[in-house]
Amino acid sequence: MSAPENEKTGPRIDEPTGTSTMGHEWDGIEELNTPLPTWWLYTFYACIVFAIGYCVVYPAIPGIKEGSHGTFGWTSRGQLASEMDAAKAARAPVLAALDATPIADLPKNPELLAKAVAGGKAAFKVNCVPCHGSGAAGSIGYPNLNDDDWLWGGTLTDIQTTLEHGIRQPGDDATRTSMMPSFGRDGILKPADVQDVVSYVRQISGQEPGNASAQRGAALFAANCVACHGADGKGNRMFGAPNLTDKVWLYGGSRTALTETVTNAHAGVMPAWGNRLSPATIKMLAAYVHSLGGGEAFAAPAAAPAAETATSTGQ
Amino acid sequence: MTNMDPKGLTRQPPKRLHAETQAVYPRAVDGRFRRLKWAVMTFCLAVYYITPWLRWHRGPYSPDQAVLIDLEHRRFYMFAIEIWPQEFYFVAGLLIMAGIGLFLVTSAVGRAWCGYACPQTVWTDLFQHVDRLIDGDRNAQMKLAKAPWGPAKIARRLGKWSIYLLISISTGGAWIFYFADAPTLAREFVTLQAPSIAYSTVFVLTVTTMWFGGFMREQVCIYMCPWPRIQSAMLDEKSLLVTYKDWRGEPRGKKSPTGAPLGDCIDCGLCAAVCPTGIDIREGPQIGCITCALCIDACDGVMAKTGRPRGLIDYVTLEDAAREINGQSATPHWKLIWHARTLIYLGIWSAIGAALLFALGTRQHISIAVSKDRNPPYMILSSGEIRNAYAVRWKNMEARPRKMQLVLDGPAGARMWSEDMAKDMAARDLTRIIPADTTSPLRIYVTAPAGTHEGKLSFTLRALDQDGGQVSYDTRFDAPEDEH
Repeated sequence: MSAPENEKTGPRIDEPTGTSTMGHEWDGIEELNTPLPTWWLYTFYACIVFAIGYCVVYPAIPGIKEGSHGTFGWTSRGQLASEMDAAKAARAPVLAALDATPIADLPKNPELLAKAVAGGKAAFKVNCVPCHGSGAAGSIGYPNLNDDDWLWGGTLTDIQTTLEHGIRQPGDDATRTSMMPSFGRDGILKPADVQDVVSYVRQISGQEPGNASAQRGAALFAANCVACHGADGKGNRMFGAPNLTDKVWLYGGSRTALTETVTNAHAGVMPAWGNRLSPATIKMLAAYVHSLGGGEAFAAPAAAPAAETATSTGQ
Repeated sequence: MTNMDPKGLTRQPPKRLHAETQAVYPRAVDGRFRRLKWAVMTFCLAVYYITPWLRWHRGPYSPDQAVLIDLEHRRFYMFAIEIWPQEFYFVAGLLIMAGIGLFLVTSAVGRAWCGYACPQTVWTDLFQHVDRLIDGDRNAQMKLAKAPWGPAKIARRLGKWSIYLLISISTGGAWIFYFADAPTLAREFVTLQAPSIAYSTVFVLTVTTMWFGGFMREQVCIYMCPWPRIQSAMLDEKSLLVTYKDWRGEPRGKKSPTGAPLGDCIDCGLCAAVCPTGIDIREGPQIGCITCALCIDACDGVMAKTGRPRGLIDYVTLEDAAREINGQSATPHWKLIWHARTLIYLGIWSAIGAALLFALGTRQHISIAVSKDRNPPYMILSSGEIRNAYAVRWKNMEARPRKMQLVLDGPAGARMWSEDMAKDMAARDLTRIIPADTTSPLRIYVTAPAGTHEGKLSFTLRALDQDGGQVSYDTRFDAPEDEH
């Protein structure tokens, strides 16, 4: 379509659009002269200028060993660190308040208690779930923390002590320690005697009716077990001796499980978290475990909730 | 570039797809519809500016602003009504009512919304009065527009635009007061302590008000607004339209060159000169007509001066137009409203309104939500009892503390206690005082005797004050499966 005279007289004007062409043609296709809008062009130039400035201010240019550092020394790692510091600073007042409050006084400050429980829930997920389970329901050998059966006591203070010093932790003088003899393995009781004791324990825990074996077991129990488990088998928290009359069994209450326990004994351990976690975290964990439903010793039983502390939603 | 193409095809201006926008300089007019427009405009602006400053005492626990959209605390206050987020259907219902109300008004009186109450109309009208105040009436405005730029024109333009800006800022400024306590926010706003969202909102609304009301004006109605398109589909032969009665007016003219009798229209052009959207109503119904009826006022004035009856341009329905051409008398306007479409819209509109009012009257101001612990699903206590745990949320939706009782309905012998009390106080019901406007979480433990099977369990929350009210929540009680 492009006539030779067009090349002499300059670009042709396209009829339908009224726009001049660029003057070149390829296979019958011509290009219209529609330059970029000026504002667009200047925006583009501004972006280039901005990009250059950006490369100077921020680390952007790669190098052989290390890249450019930027004029202000900004790094993403540094930004993360400062955000972490800010988060830590935001938590600081709560932690300070926890440090200043004896754990027994926590219930007097419901707001702090609620924060402690929330913090404890998080810390529990990190530290305690492997043994006690995500719902703190435990498993064979790992106590269920939801129930109301406590080997070493279930008040806030008791739980705090257990957490801090652990169970049977060597090197910690205040650790929870007790040792049940391996009655069968060490030959203190003969296998038949063990069965009698098991019969007796199953009788006092309501799992089996009394019989001759249990009667024989009662005598053996009185001779060997009452020192720790008490005359009535209700256990003793001083030694962490379990209550044998209730329905909660750490290692199982079946005949087989009890036979195993009496024969070989168990001595479960728990780390002393006082070495690893801060006192405030331990308090938070204790508050959380206490809140799971089995916590003991309420400072004020049936205390009215904070009813009068009306929270205004107004301006 | 000066050499022409031999075929003569070059240098043709490109074909335009639309007509050039003509500036509109509406002339001032007086008359009954103008006065109605003044009244509606005053009312609408007054409602808009004054509403946030109205106070409504709600007691010490709630804000005392009569109309407040409290996004921060997620509450919507409207006089005695307080809406919580989960009651947003009230707002949805109001929006549906507004939509159907628009249909109702359209079917009854045509595009009255466009002509009188639409914010675009109200603010455009306001800006046009500013034009007349600063630049003078139509002729003076046209003259000034054509005049070259000089100190006088610059001064006038700057003066006018400053007033535009003032109106725009106060328009945007009033909007933010609906979202926070007005006196406090006003003080914070001027002392530069308001949240940045307040400033950006005012900025955006100032720019849009200035641009749409001050400069775009009728172009918003004609090119941007979808409503005229929808509306033209909603008008029928019974809708009131501003109509030029060509059967009475034509042939128009001041003086007949042939001496043939002329119609009533003397072709003074006043109807077109006063039109705020710049149309000539004598060309028939058109999308630019917002039925503001200023042309009726203008024409009635001329008719009075020339000693002819008013109403050459008037509100007429198509049905009535046919009757009038046949020489019959027009239907009274009030009767026009009384037809099937209007009544159906009115019926739907009132039904929704009645349903909302009913829901408002019977809604519970308490609520309960329960989520059952599933990890672990149940717990066996040392006594052999089975315990389940529930996170119960008591909600008091009134602006006063209320005494509430939670009642348990579950397996025989089931008793509950909460995290804030000792287990030996367990009972079938618990009473608490829930602070005003508060959702109060409480962990509830329920125990049932050993051997209980899993089954249904429900909590009922009861308000113990004079207004009463109760709500229930059904959940379940889990228990170990029998091993024997």
